[in-house]
Amino acid sequence: MGYHMSLSIRLTINGQPRDVALDDPRVTLLDLLRERLHLTGTKKGCDRGQCGACTVLVDGRRINSCLALAASMDGAQITTIEGLADGETLHPVQATFIAHDGFQCGYCTPGQIMSAVGLINEGRAGDDPERIRELMSGNICRCGAYQGITEAVLEAQKILSDDEKRDAA
Amino acid sequence: MQHETASPTARHHRHGSNAGQPLTRRDGLLKVTGRATYAADNHPDGTLYAVVATSSIARGRVRSLNVEAAKAHPGVVEVLTPANRPPLAHDPDEKMPPFGFRVEVLQDDTVRYVNQPIAMVIAQSLEAATEGAALLDPRYETEPARTGPSNGTRFDPQAIGVGAPARTAHGDIEAGLAVAARVTEAEYVTPSQYHNAMEPHAIVAQWDGDRVTIDMPNQALALSCASYAAYFGIPAENVVIRSPFLGGGFGSKAILNGPQILAILAARMLGHPVKLALTRAQMYGPVGHRGRTWQKLRLGTDAQGRLTALHHHALGATSSFDEFIEPAANASLPLYASPAILAEHEGLRLDIGTPGPMRAPGEASGSAALEVAMDEAAEACGMDPLDFRLANYAETEPVTGKPFSSKALRECYVEGAKRFGWSERPLAPRTMRDENGFLVGWGMGTAVFPCPHFPAEARATLRADDTALVETGGVDMGQGAWTALAQIAAEALGLDPDQVELRSGESTLPDGGIAGGSAHTASAGMALHNAGGNAIAQLAELATADPESPLFGAGNIGVVAQAGRLHRRDDEQRGETYAAILARAGRTEVVGTAKSTRDPAVASTHAMYSHGAVFAEVKIDPDLGQIRTTRLVGAFAAGRIINPRLVRSQYFGGMIWGISFALHEEAITDRRTGRFLNADLAEYHVPVNADVPALDALLIPEDDPHVNAIGVKGVGEIGITGTVGAIANAVWHATGTRVRRFPIRMEDLLAGSSAE
Repeated sequence: MGYHMSLSIRLTINGQPRDVALDDPRVTLLDLLRERLHLTGTKKGCDRGQCGACTVLVDGRRINSCLALAASMDGAQITTIEGLADGETLHPVQATFIAHDGFQCGYCTPGQIMSAVGLINEGRAGDDPERIRELMSGNICRCGAYQGITEAVLEAQKILSDDEKRDAA
Repeated sequence: MQHETASPTARHHRHGSNAGQPLTRRDGLLKVTGRATYAADNHPDGTLYAVVATSSIARGRVRSLNVEAAKAHPGVVEVLTPANRPPLAHDPDEKMPPFGFRVEVLQDDTVRYVNQPIAMVIAQSLEAATEGAALLDPRYETEPARTGPSNGTRFDPQAIGVGAPARTAHGDIEAGLAVAARVTEAEYVTPSQYHNAMEPHAIVAQWDGDRVTIDMPNQALALSCASYAAYFGIPAENVVIRSPFLGGGFGSKAILNGPQILAILAARMLGHPVKLALTRAQMYGPVGHRGRTWQKLRLGTDAQGRLTALHHHALGATSSFDEFIEPAANASLPLYASPAILAEHEGLRLDIGTPGPMRAPGEASGSAALEVAMDEAAEACGMDPLDFRLANYAETEPVTGKPFSSKALRECYVEGAKRFGWSERPLAPRTMRDENGFLVGWGMGTAVFPCPHFPAEARATLRADDTALVETGGVDMGQGAWTALAQIAAEALGLDPDQVELRSGESTLPDGGIAGGSAHTASAGMALHNAGGNAIAQLAELATADPESPLFGAGNIGVVAQAGRLHRRDDEQRGETYAAILARAGRTEVVGTAKSTRDPAVASTHAMYSHGAVFAEVKIDPDLGQIRTTRLVGAFAAGRIINPRLVRSQYFGGMIWGISFALHEEAITDRRTGRFLNADLAEYHVPVNADVPALDALLIPEDDPHVNAIGVKGVGEIGITGTVGAIANAVWHATGTRVRRFPIRMEDLLAGSSAE
């Protein structure tokens, strides 16, 4: 029954390099974050990649962290909800989620926000609400805050693209 | 110092305060930064992980478990089975008063439903506990599962829902049907639905001697403390529940369940904190659900389209060993005027986990059937569905004849119809197409939800520095209690919400009552309102009795609290600040405490409901039958609105649950085994963002002088009612096919089309 192993991985979480000694190959990235590193902002809703509550960015791409084994994350750059704000300054997506009431219970929110950040980074959000609804549909919100989520993503996308234009000018 | 509430004469008057402001959520920052702490986010030192093993059969007994294999797995600490489960002080096969059900906590080897706990594995890591549970390899003696009306046992229930009578009659139903010009008769079927809060039921339990601290999402803190105390043979004050944030509740976190009791038991047995979180699949069984119904309606109408009889019969499924019958037929009691109304219920015993309250229990499934039946009756009368409802508008509560405490339903109809454009609707079905050739249909339904009140308590400490601490064991499962309750307290104290700190979400605080029945804002809010009023009254006493105060002698005239200052009711200029009053009295604070209850005199003379009207547009692919809700307008009247931003979100959430009920949700059971075919979020469909169109929720002004002193009704559940029927009726209007089974599926429409 030899599940014990010793594997050391090095990864960067929210800009901080971390050396993590894994004693078990079964640990998912989600459970590593939550149960071993105590970064509990990322949530477990289904553990099956069906709800999106565990969404984080790995090397800039949004993934379901419940479907990724921690052992496969050696060398990865990971961003979680805890790493999004710049000190006291919220990321535009965080701020617009508050302003548009894009959540109720808040449990799916970290995943929604990370997914929205990923979506905007992908350059696919645009200003079409229908498109945002489609591309945010991997994140379930049982409270039904979808209207606010869509509005929040639209506004954040606008803020970020205005920033970009200003920076380019 | 306590004062009981709240006669209508003690009615609160607004005076330029902050209530009614659309503030953003006070807990917003915590929620968008990942710092809001849900139960499973807690990690006390030495925490062990529990994983519950659940049955894969619906009925029978567990013959064997390979406990040795599980125990031999590295990291596994203990395996709990009926053989070694420590005793409980309350028999789990007995109900726990007042609302608790019988629970399955390894009392024996019988299996009564799929996903019933049959063992619990505790280990040093989640991975080891999970693997240990998988190694148990249960073997069963299986009996045939009773899965539906063909093999379940029918019975006449003693009560339905939470203690409501199974039968309510008004007038003579057969006589009413006999004089009817037309009788519309149909049967409607609603499926079993599972709450599926995004946060699975989780618990972290730690004991210190005979005291236990429990982190868990919980909709009824004080009640749960008393129940846990009874199970564990300790005083209620030895149980502390911390539940600052719930990742959704919808009724499923109001009632104790077996797995959570077992986790607390394991923590005591092992002398370690124990953490348990159910898997998504394990939420299909031990934590309640909305039970299936089969509803028959008979509507008699006269030549003018007025109801002569309204008969609603509901058969509701429950478990083989306990009762929660969805009180669906009672949806026909409060809404439409009819000289004869009969609501009656029957039970059906199946091999399932006991159902329970799920957002709008009874109202949602009953409204779904009633609103479609009303549409069918309108069609039979050749009337517009809205005109038909107006023709049957109830000016008083139909069964009791009591006046409504307030009822702005007419305004809801008018404003909702206007916003939607209802007057353009052609009467005949299958007459509208969009530019892509899709069938377009418009439907509507009436929304209604009662206004219960739960006893609650609160404390308000007004300090000399113009701040206040207000405390009540309230519950925020997303409805916005952290914000709305603070707004109510601030108004009562004459302060800005920023000056008011709210402590909530813990059982050590004054009992905040139950977050259910859409009653929490009113119940806990009234307690805070009264506690604030009590603190202000003490302050006024100090001032009016003090010759040095400009308020001296103003006791008879009365004083008003506003902006941190008391002034004479008849002269705003004559007054002084709270700080000045306290300083002269040599006090640093005053502490007000209060309870809130409903005045039984008002309750006996008035019927109290929130109302609304929902209008839906659907578009349907004529070849594929694919249905999309494309527009949804709800207009709701629910008394005074504390925070329009949050209330609108509640209505949206309810309306989306209505979309879900109408078109998506259904737990499907394999009739051969009683097992679920879709106990996961991929195949149990709930709406995703792309399923939800632009929504509109109109807040119709309504002043209710009776419901409570702050005029607040409930908003959390009403949005589902009306919406389900509106969508189903829109589907009929688009296609001409009447579907009477929920959720409505594309195959229902394709079959209907070919039959035409």
